[in-house]
Amino acid sequence: MSTIIGLTGNEAVAEAMRQINPDVVAAYPITPQTELMHKFADFVANGKVDTEMILVESEHSAMSASVGAAAGGARAMTATCANGLALMWEIVYIAASLRLPIVMAVVNRALSGPINIHNDHSDSMGCRDSGWIQIYSENSQEAYDNTIMAVKIAENKDVLLPVMVTLDGFILSHTLERIEILDDKQVREFIGEYIPQNHLLDINHPVTIGPLDLQDYYFEHKRQEAEAINNALEVVEEVSFEYSRLTGRNYDVLELYRMEDAERAIVALGSTAGTVKFTVDSLRENGEKVGMIKLRLFRPFPYKEIYEALKNVKSFAVLDKCISFGYGGPVYGEIKSALYNYQAFIPAVNYIYGLGGRDIKPTSIKKVFDELKHITKEGVNGKLIHYLDVRE
Amino acid sequence: MKEKGWKEIPIGGTIVEPGNAVEYKTGSWRTFKPIWHKDRCIHCLICWMYCPDEAIIVENGKFVRFDYDYCKGCGICANECPEKANAIEMVLDRKI
Ligand code: SF4
Ligand code: SF4
Repeated sequence: MSTIIGLTGNEAVAEAMRQINPDVVAAYPITPQTELMHKFADFVANGKVDTEMILVESEHSAMSASVGAAAGGARAMTATCANGLALMWEIVYIAASLRLPIVMAVVNRALSGPINIHNDHSDSMGCRDSGWIQIYSENSQEAYDNTIMAVKIAENKDVLLPVMVTLDGFILSHTLERIEILDDKQVREFIGEYIPQNHLLDINHPVTIGPLDLQDYYFEHKRQEAEAINNALEVVEEVSFEYSRLTGRNYDVLELYRMEDAERAIVALGSTAGTVKFTVDSLRENGEKVGMIKLRLFRPFPYKEIYEALKNVKSFAVLDKCISFGYGGPVYGEIKSALYNYQAFIPAVNYIYGLGGRDIKPTSIKKVFDELKHITKEGVNGKLIHYLDVRE
Repeated sequence: MKEKGWKEIPIGGTIVEPGNAVEYKTGSWRTFKPIWHKDRCIHCLICWMYCPDEAIIVENGKFVRFDYDYCKGCGICANECPEKANAIEMVLDRKI
């Protein structure tokens, strides 16, 4: 049984957290995440959860407290964004290295400067090498669903890695949406009881977590971590499948939208995927063979799946709401290397867009599809990286 | 000790056997070695209190010997031994 209610993205994630009922939540406010933890703190204050909530003095401490709690065998969660995530940086890596299944919502916001509080993906994209699994949400329903699935993915014994669930700041976090909420009992049964391995509070089996690890074993531990995140791809698929049986909402590592006979495609992630779908629909009405691929899982990167999805198109564009200075968009780079792995050559361009929350409109997406017509005919003429809707 | 592969070890660098530091012989780190002068020792056990590696063996309240398996040669004992007793001398343990 599910209930339909109106919630903002922040409220939807807080609601998922209420149902998960984590043992420990550590929090420090930062716009646009603040409201999420504000809402969750209400649940704690009103006795709706059993969570030990720790109000810390910085995000570095929020992640440190989460690591400490998880090392003690607790189901631990937190949330942040942008500069807060940057301040956590050191401990973000440690959480993954110590193989602690922490779940964190990242309410995507531009990483300064100049200071900006609006949405882009520069914060979470910066963490792509940290060992965290990254799941991007198109809308608040997905943010709610992904948060619940993340717990089960993180705690899988073949994975045991932290998971970042992202939702676009303001665009989703502060926008009211129709959300289907599961029963509390269904959520608790779905995630199950967390049985931690080797934790600090198991006094009958004392362990040391995070000791010095030098030239003789450090590399072996990194090799294990690489294996674990690769295992996560299959686990994400399994957990998503199980969740779809519960909810009827289908999730995969990619979502293919009108791709069956598409000749031109756009790859996008986050809330922009919704705008691209809208544009695809209107172009399809004019008989244009266009489609969209939404990347739900960015880490581990679904190389094979993205190749399979793109192999029949004549050209495609990747939308990146982030820039790796001196290179281009991070998603574009991954997709090009995916094609190389399968010896496929498809003309592809990159559009950097929406930095600092610049709105992306269907007219702009149409421009990209129009440009792909030329690229299909004439190939890419040298210019790979484009900037969408920047004034000259 | 044969080093193990990545599939054979606990994940994340966690040490799951308590007290397994005894298997690690810090004596192999030594450059200088402490020598005990029995005739000068007053058995105050200050060396025992300061030794970071529990390498001073005491029996019946008296200094008996160094445990060279774990003595890493830091020289703290020699430094802390009361000046008047001066019962510990550091000597070069191996050619460097
Ligand atoms: S040299 Fe250092 S390790 Fe060795 S017995 Fe003295 S204090 Fe202990
Ligand atoms: S500190 Fe010196 S005098 Fe005291 S017990 Fe040790 S060796 Fe003997």
